[in-house]
Amino acid sequence: MTQKVKIEIDGRTCEATPGEMIIAVADRAGIPIPRFCYHKKLSIAANCRMCLVEAEQGGRPFPKLVPACATPVMEGMRVQTRSALAREAQQSTLEFLLINHPLDCPICDQGGECELQDLTLRYGKDKSRYAEAKRVVKDENLGPLIATEMTRCIHCTRCVRFGAEIAGLRELGATGRGDHMRIGTYVEQTLGHELSGNIIDLCPVGALTAKPSRFRARPWELIQVDGIAPHDGLGSHLHLHVRGRQLVRVHPRAQEAINETWISDRDRFSYTGLSAPDRLGEPMIKREGGCWQALEWQGALQIAAERIREAGSELGALIAPNATLEEMYLLQRLVRGLGAQAIDSRLRQQDFRGDAADASLPWLGVSIAKVEEQEGILLIGSDIRQEQPLLAHRVRKAALAGGLVATVNPYRLDLTFPAIQFTASPSGMLRELAALAKALRKRGSGTLRTLISEVKPTAQQVEVAEQLKQAGKRYRGLILLGALATAHPDYSLLRALAHLIADATRAKVGFLPAAANSFGAYLAGALPHRLPGARPAETPGLSAEAMLNKPRKVYLLWGLEPGFDLADPAKAVQGLDRADFVIACTGYRSPALERVADLLLPIALFAETSGTLVNAQLDWQSFRGAIPPPVEARPGWKVLRVLGNLLELEGFDYRSSEEVLEELRKQCAHAKPNNDPRGDLKKLPPRLSNGDRLYRIGNVPIYALDALVRRAEPLQANAEFLQVSLNPDQAAEMGLGAGDQVEIDQGEGKLAKAPVRLDPRIPRGCARIPAGLSGSEQLGPQIGPVSLEKR
Amino acid sequence: MVERQNSVCFRTLHLDQPWRLDSYRSIGGYGQWERILQERPDPADLIEQLKLSALRGRGGAGFPTGLKWSFMLRSAPGQRYIVCNSDEGEPGTCKDRDILRYNPHQLIEGMAIAGYCIGATVGYNYIRGEFFEPTERFEAAVQEAYAAGLLGKDIGGSGIDFDLYVHNGAGAYICGEETALLESIEGKKGQPRYKPPFPAQSGLYGRPTTINNTESLASVPVILEKGGQWFLDQGLPNNGGLKVFSVTGHVEKPRNLEVPLGTPFRELLAQCGGVKGGKKLKAVIPGGSSTPVVPGDQMMELNMDYDSLAKAGSMLGSGAVIVMAEGTDMVKVLANLAHFYAAESCGQCTPCREGTGWLSRVLHRILKGQGRREDLDLLDDAANRIMGRTICALGDAAAMPVRSFLKHYRHEFERYIAQGERCVS
Repeated sequence: MTQKVKIEIDGRTCEATPGEMIIAVADRAGIPIPRFCYHKKLSIAANCRMCLVEAEQGGRPFPKLVPACATPVMEGMRVQTRSALAREAQQSTLEFLLINHPLDCPICDQGGECELQDLTLRYGKDKSRYAEAKRVVKDENLGPLIATEMTRCIHCTRCVRFGAEIAGLRELGATGRGDHMRIGTYVEQTLGHELSGNIIDLCPVGALTAKPSRFRARPWELIQVDGIAPHDGLGSHLHLHVRGRQLVRVHPRAQEAINETWISDRDRFSYTGLSAPDRLGEPMIKREGGCWQALEWQGALQIAAERIREAGSELGALIAPNATLEEMYLLQRLVRGLGAQAIDSRLRQQDFRGDAADASLPWLGVSIAKVEEQEGILLIGSDIRQEQPLLAHRVRKAALAGGLVATVNPYRLDLTFPAIQFTASPSGMLRELAALAKALRKRGSGTLRTLISEVKPTAQQVEVAEQLKQAGKRYRGLILLGALATAHPDYSLLRALAHLIADATRAKVGFLPAAANSFGAYLAGALPHRLPGARPAETPGLSAEAMLNKPRKVYLLWGLEPGFDLADPAKAVQGLDRADFVIACTGYRSPALERVADLLLPIALFAETSGTLVNAQLDWQSFRGAIPPPVEARPGWKVLRVLGNLLELEGFDYRSSEEVLEELRKQCAHAKPNNDPRGDLKKLPPRLSNGDRLYRIGNVPIYALDALVRRAEPLQANAEFLQVSLNPDQAAEMGLGAGDQVEIDQGEGKLAKAPVRLDPRIPRGCARIPAGLSGSEQLGPQIGPVSLEKR
Repeated sequence: MVERQNSVCFRTLHLDQPWRLDSYRSIGGYGQWERILQERPDPADLIEQLKLSALRGRGGAGFPTGLKWSFMLRSAPGQRYIVCNSDEGEPGTCKDRDILRYNPHQLIEGMAIAGYCIGATVGYNYIRGEFFEPTERFEAAVQEAYAAGLLGKDIGGSGIDFDLYVHNGAGAYICGEETALLESIEGKKGQPRYKPPFPAQSGLYGRPTTINNTESLASVPVILEKGGQWFLDQGLPNNGGLKVFSVTGHVEKPRNLEVPLGTPFRELLAQCGGVKGGKKLKAVIPGGSSTPVVPGDQMMELNMDYDSLAKAGSMLGSGAVIVMAEGTDMVKVLANLAHFYAAESCGQCTPCREGTGWLSRVLHRILKGQGRREDLDLLDDAANRIMGRTICALGDAAAMPVRSFLKHYRHEFERYIAQGERCVS
């Protein structure tokens, strides 16, 4: 423990750690020091000169005013932030800053929440002596998310440092000297990083503002409501800014343990999908001839209840893994209350053979904040920047601190940090892991034994294995399984290998949740093999795959789109087509959903309902509705409550979502996070052979994750579209070139067309054809055999 | 005095093709470096000689070179660097250019010795971008030195390594500031770094680094050859040795002159043939454009050394003596200087980025006959608000001329303002 020192700021004694900067000590003590360039999460630039203070050490004053952001404290230092000299400097800096600042506050989106405005009011003069011409800077188009007004820039360089230090991608820089200095991309280009929106918050003035919410409201008209992000496994804390019945914009809410001070662009801008034109406003029923007709809730719910009662144990329920805990709990109560067992939320999983041995309550394995302290991270099947943007930032910090990051993936990732990437076809991924296990002198048993006996570790694999072992020895090793592992046809074996490697290295195994509430499903019992409280079901019900293979009489789909949210859309649609009746509780209408569904019930989405999401470290994060759902849409838990009542199920008389939550919470008292397999995962034969078939890698792009984000226009503006990415060599062998249109065939006549793109990051034997994108609805398994035919 | 002239950095000037290795050898060049390679003396002893010599940084700040070298911890592990600052950009200064052109080997020897003293096995010479011929000369000299086995790895079996690289600037004045220079070598935008940490702790690529001016480093071999005491004796106490002055402006024979520190300005002026056209001396900027202007009468009584000029309220700076004869329009001079600093401010610190432009625009407005009475107080006040408020000294350099010109020649500015547009013709 380092010795503390005492310093005096404006006459107040403050305790500090030696080497800490004056400004940090003052911030802790609540003593205001004005600043523009300083940000606690960024490196120190000391360029704005707003935080100049008078200081003395041992009775001797410093010869000049010192920047509080860049002056480390020492025992006995005395600082004055409001002395005549300091005030004069603060006033001077503001006068200088306003020389070239346009003073267009009345038409500036930042007006009312502008740091320059606020500090000028408090520290500046009301009159400028500057009477010369002002500078004008040409704007740059940074894309659909960020609006620029670069004449307003005060050159604090927070945005530049953010790119270099946090995002790991220097998209912005400063060019030019003196007052010709300007911030820009040099060659005009769209900012593509998944965290780029944070520079909107960092910008102290109105140079960078949010494009989607531009001119939509004044800050003082907004009501701020706390929220939780509904996409990735972090559940980032949000501030929802509401005006009347509208959610105008989303800002991060600082939560050091989860999202620090950042949020991803997905969490920031997905709200724009709430007002998509195909939002479902009232219940609708399919009449003869496929015509849709609106009806009253009462009638709609009665029809639903009737059909569900008829189906009884032949009911199958699929619920999106971003549904709230309350919705999941009530839905499983309803399903199980009718004697049915078919409920699942693992929509993108193919291999359910390991269910009997599934971890009792999976989680990240370490706290989110601890990820950055790991010295060895093995990432299996995860395009982490796309799946968990802010967790990728923690992994980046671990890598930059000197930790090993190794990945085993079906394509090479674009990472912003050093990592050793093992790239292989889906079956090759098993062999890569087997080689790591072999390097650790593990022979394995069952299927693994065969796998391991067939491989020979490379020097690099031996090196990675050794480093993981060293990290594990210091309890700083972590093996994470991501969405591409979950979608893998041999997910069970991947897990078995992960556990084997963990065993040999003493690293921890962790799971990356596919969506905002994937682990909540274990607690709520929204899985065929788990009852509330993550208790194992004695007789497991049907998994998502099984219930579509063995069609149910009636399906209840909750918050999902069959063409985009399921591991094998083609097969799912076949299964749903064979049902008597399909009820879809949904926020949106879509052609694919309308094709399979018979009754659409409009439910409230993100920010429109109260609820709870359980994140990767199993925090229960509850939130309240910030805005009312559109037209006749209703919060999901209320819909389920009424359905429960109509079905005369016991105990469905909840008056609030909190009551639902309390009931579940009582059942979770003994639920403990545990990633250990509860049985044997190793006995299963691999589904994939080493054959020379071409495999589809159906990753889910960052902005295709769920129905909400797929409708967020600003995010979609530059999002990926359906393409077939092939290794150039592979393409050449197949006689394909960039831009060629190909027909994608995954068997059973499931066809889609898309252009070819050449990408050396794709290994041979693989074709990256993403899921969740328009055009992919017809396709088969996310990871599975595929053939391509040139058109 | 004349005999002692040109006896340090310019000691090869009398030779035919003085930039060649054999020319330099002919006057005992590389003798000190070879002695070091053979005898491997204690670096502390060499630094002691330097301290004794009272050699002060010739780039402008005048920091004692020996003391600077002693800040480098030889025992610290890892790479260290010696960097030579040949980004000679101070208006009026052209001395380093001639060292590079006429005595490049002495600089190489000085850098190698410096590297040995501070434990740096790699040196960079950062040469101003516009110096095409000097760069070629220096590059050729480095090649010669490598070929002669004076540089490289395990030089002459001594176990001593020293590699030397040339890096060209791209025309920014600010890259002459030592930490901006380091940023520039690293391939970044040339912007001064906040200090601390000082380069001796964290310099080039984050490693301990010493940065010296070309003239300082080129003086080192002579100091070691003739002894620190000899060098000190050439000048004055605390102002040891000879210094190259670049005398420009209104003189008959503008030139570079290497003379002992403490030489009366009067003598320096005489050696340049006096004020052009026999006019009366009006003013002198004695140490490069950022040093305060000194009125002619006062200047005629001053000696050219660090302490005398400091006492007179100015600075020796880089030794660029800008002479102005009677009839010089001081408003035009200051407006020109202000424009220079506004154009060369790197743009990172608010007071300098915004303030230098403000000063320049107000001065040019005055020059156009559109001055206002309040402008002069405003200029003085704005300059004061830049002084001491920035990361590097460029802000101060821009402010000092404004303050000194207003102090000594306020009446000329007032006349411009009073006469308005009539003054412009």
